[in-house]
Amino acid sequence: MTWLSKSPWILHYDASSCNGCDIEVLACLSPLYDVERFGIINTGNPKHADVLVITGGINEQNREVVRNLYAQMPDPKVVVAVGICASSGGVFRECYNVVGGIDCVIPVDVYVPGCAARPESIIDGIVKALSILEEKKKNGTQSSPAPGSGAGGAQ
Amino acid sequence: MISITNALLFIVAAPFIGGLVAGIDRKITARMQGRVGPPLLQPFADVGKLFEKKQIVVTPSQHVYTLSYLVFIVASGALFFAGGDLLLVIFAFTLAHLFLVLGAYSSYSPYSFIGAERELIQIIAYEPMIILAAVGMYMVTKSFFVWEIMGSGLPIILYLPGVFLGFLMVLTIKLRKSPFDLSTSHHAHQEIVKGVTTDFSGPMLGRVEIAHWYENVFLLGFIYLFFAWNPLIAIVAIIVAYLLEILIDNTFSRGTWKFTLKSSWIIAGMMGLVNLGVLYYLSAVVPA
Repeated sequence: MTWLSKSPWILHYDASSCNGCDIEVLACLSPLYDVERFGIINTGNPKHADVLVITGGINEQNREVVRNLYAQMPDPKVVVAVGICASSGGVFRECYNVVGGIDCVIPVDVYVPGCAARPESIIDGIVKALSILEEKKKNGTQSSPAPGSGAGGAQ
Repeated sequence: MISITNALLFIVAAPFIGGLVAGIDRKITARMQGRVGPPLLQPFADVGKLFEKKQIVVTPSQHVYTLSYLVFIVASGALFFAGGDLLLVIFAFTLAHLFLVLGAYSSYSPYSFIGAERELIQIIAYEPMIILAAVGMYMVTKSFFVWEIMGSGLPIILYLPGVFLGFLMVLTIKLRKSPFDLSTSHHAHQEIVKGVTTDFSGPMLGRVEIAHWYENVFLLGFIYLFFAWNPLIAIVAIIVAYLLEILIDNTFSRGTWKFTLKSSWIIAGMMGLVNLGVLYYLSAVVPA
C-alpha cells in the first residue's frame, strides 16, 4: 500500500466535449458527491497531477495539447477517459475534424462510458484508476512516449 | 536562556503539528461548505504521495532554492523557539521567502513568474507589520530576545492590541488564505493561482509543503508571544485566531494585489504605528 491511492490529484481537461461530461465531473466536487472525502483534489496544474481526466474526443486542434499535458505529468500517472466521446469519439467519430477517442493520442487506462457519464460512474472509474496507479508504482512503469509523438512527447 | 532543546523539539515536532493543523483546517473548511471533507491526516498522505512521484526538474537551480527555502524556514523557526533574537528570526524568515521567489523566477513558466511577482508584493505588504510587532515587543519588554519576552511576565496583548490586530491581518497573507492568497494558495486551484509552485512537482513540491507547515507553526508561536504571561489564554488565543482565519478564508473572494498592499499597509499604519505612538507617548508621560 502506497500513499498514491490515498491522495490522487486530478487534472481535468475538456478535449472537445459538449460540456455535458464536464458538468458531471464538476458535480463530483459538489457537497453531494464530495470526492475530497477520498483525498481527490481537482488541480489545474499538470505538474501536480496524478490522474488525467479527459472528456470529449480528440480533434486536430487539441491533439498537441493533450500530448503536452500528458508529457508534463510526473510518473506514475494514469489517464481516465470520461464519456463515450473520450472513449471512442462517440457520435462525432465520423466528423471530418475528429480523430477519435483519447487513446489515439495517449495511452488510456480507464474508460468511463456514458453520455453524459454519471458522477457515480466517474468516481467508480477514478477508483479503478487508483489501483492501476498503485500497480504502475509497484512495477516502476514509466509512461511510454505517446504514440506517434516522437521521443518523450511534446516539450 | 537560549534553549537548544526547544529548537530541536521544534525541528522534530513542527511538521507533525503543522500537518495536523492543515488537516483540521481542511476538515473545518469542508464542513463550512456543507461537505464531509478529507480524512484528518490527509495532508500527510498528500506529502507522502509527492515524495513517491518522479522528480521533474525544470531547472537544476530549483533544487537549491527550494532546499534553501526549507532550511531557512526551519532555521528561523528553530531560532524563535530557542528564544533567540526576534530581529534575526524575522530576517531569516524573509530570506527564506526570497529563496522561494528566486525558485519561482528560475523556471520558464509565465504563471510561475506572476506568482514570484505577487509573492514579492506580499512580502512588501506583510514585512512592515511583522517588524512593527517586534519593535512593539521591544518597547514593552525592553528586549528583542524571545526568551526575555517570554519571561517578562507582562500581558503584552494589553500593551499592543493594535499591533496584534495588524499581525492577525498579515497572518492571513502568510497562511495563504483568501482574500490574500495571490502568489499561491493552499487550496487546489488553476495555474495562475498556484503561482510560485506552478513549476515545482513531486518531492520538490513536498519540500515546499513541509516548509509551509514549519512556517505556520512558527507564526502560531508568534501569537503565543502576545499572551505569553498565561499559557492557557495563549493557546485559546491561537485556536480562536486560526478559526477566524478559516472563516475569513471561506467568506472572502480573492482580492487584487493592490487591495492586498493597500489594506495591509493601511491596517499596519493605523493599528501598528498608532499603537506604538500611544505607547511611546505614555512612556514619556508616565515614567515607569
